[in-house]
Amino acid sequence: MKSLKMKKEFKVIAELLPNNTRVLDVGCGDGSLMNFLKEEKNIEVRGLELNQENVQHCIHKGLPVIQGNAETELHQFPDQSFDYVVLSQTLQAFYNPEEVLKNLLRIGKAVVVSIPNFGYWKVRMKLLFFGEMPVTKTLPNTWYNTPNLHMCTIKDLFKFCYEKNINIKQVVGVNEDKTSLIKKNNLEIKNLFSKLGIFLIG
Amino acid sequence: MPSLAGLFFWMNRKIENINKITITKPLKLDCGKTIKNFPLAYETYGKLNENKDNAILVFHALTGDQFVTGTNPVTNKEGWWVTAVGPGKAINTDKYFVICANVIGGCMGSFGPKDTNPENNQPYGLDFPVITIKDMVKAQESLLEHFGIKKLLCATGGSMGGMQLLQFCATFPDKAFSAIPIACSSSHSAQNIALNELARQAIMADPVWDNGKYVSKNVQPKNGLAVARMVGHISYLSEKGMQEKFGRKLQEKADYEFSFNADFQVESYLRHQGYAFVERFDANSILYITRAMDYFDLSKQYKGGLVEAFKNQDTKFLVISFSSDWLYTTKENKDIVIALNASGADVSYSEIVTDKGHDSFLLNEPEFLKTLKGFIDSMYEKFKNEKRI
Repeated sequence: MKSLKMKKEFKVIAELLPNNTRVLDVGCGDGSLMNFLKEEKNIEVRGLELNQENVQHCIHKGLPVIQGNAETELHQFPDQSFDYVVLSQTLQAFYNPEEVLKNLLRIGKAVVVSIPNFGYWKVRMKLLFFGEMPVTKTLPNTWYNTPNLHMCTIKDLFKFCYEKNINIKQVVGVNEDKTSLIKKNNLEIKNLFSKLGIFLIG
Repeated sequence: MPSLAGLFFWMNRKIENINKITITKPLKLDCGKTIKNFPLAYETYGKLNENKDNAILVFHALTGDQFVTGTNPVTNKEGWWVTAVGPGKAINTDKYFVICANVIGGCMGSFGPKDTNPENNQPYGLDFPVITIKDMVKAQESLLEHFGIKKLLCATGGSMGGMQLLQFCATFPDKAFSAIPIACSSSHSAQNIALNELARQAIMADPVWDNGKYVSKNVQPKNGLAVARMVGHISYLSEKGMQEKFGRKLQEKADYEFSFNADFQVESYLRHQGYAFVERFDANSILYITRAMDYFDLSKQYKGGLVEAFKNQDTKFLVISFSSDWLYTTKENKDIVIALNASGADVSYSEIVTDKGHDSFLLNEPEFLKTLKGFIDSMYEKFKNEKRI
């Protein structure tokens, strides 16, 4: 799932997070982002990860990680116990992304969510001209084996936040090495040209 | 085969040669009684380095002892955690200094019910005070002073060893840099208590037990003790693991014998385990130690419950459970993680997927051992750096 240039996404996320804060990385994978945050920003990190091998990687790196499913086990984290909660490219894989987001906003004073953008022009082209479910670098799986149950676009998540009264602090679009701020007035165009959307909300 | 009395004599002689400290400081037990000048038997592996920052304290489980690895000099069998501890192993004794003590109430040299009561020159038997996990832990803390260790690199233990560890961290929050509770619980469940009661009833139903006075007659209620051990062994395996290991296989025979001999392999296994155990363990010790486990409820000791028990923890935790363990389930282990999380402690958690049940922590489970090693090695680097700063 995390196939877009890791470093760029992590850099953007790291820039959104102030130094010396407490951060929970939900779906932390092998701990690369946590390590980055810890090393670069002296951030106190915690991770939640489902995969046993990934959990082991984190433990070997000395990163605190809890093996568990974000869908069902976020309840264990107390209200407002972290400054920030990070969810990198996994929102679309949950059965109930709304519930997960609600939980993240409960646990963190603010939340950073990144999504692979289904509104990216290549994705749209694939469906429009070939009539097939898009397979791209950011969305490498086919329809029958994808973990992504709830694909959305940057615009969708914008709308969702408005409808649910969730405060959007900042949105960054990522396309390869380029990043740009996404606002209401450039949403349509950025929704077309960003591979990835990174939202700071809460 | 040597007579049981002879065997006891032989065991006691060997026990005289094991490492012991005498704890002179009075220890007020939870039951209200105070003990002092009592022996605590221990064993160490590896070398304590100059900075004294490579010490790992291991707490043993119900039927364990201080002989963690290598050859147990009393039983001549392998140490109980030889899979995890030793040169080049997950807990590498080429690098770390491993300490393990026999719990009080035990029968491998520490103060226990078969010791002589100075009041009547008879073995204590049931006059031995009822002890708790907290009492065990307080006694063992003296070893740190004995070795001049201010802070352990790590403390660990599985099953009852894990319970001792949780108690140790709650009672002495600044004594361990890291802690690995394995396959344990913060309070004994009804099922745990029921199984322990079954073990105790088996012992007490054996006429040889004689209200615990068998010791002075140099005998052992071996039938009852063997049944107690069999109960334990069933609870240490998983349904699937047992089925795979034994199934309905018959023991060295082509068909049923139409008798009550051990026709099935699983029966033969239980009998063997049961009767091998009576040669190395004291029946009264089982009563006392299982009681200590049953009384264990860490949340009861603190007004705010378990979260309060772990307040102000600097210790870095790694909780490990095994998917097929029905004695100390993943859920019970997760409850510890949740409490640690809620108290703001630094906690990691891993559930090892295996069919081997509660026993997994004693077996060669590669994923488990890798996790153990990775954590301890990374903690050692952190601990060294922290000390430098």
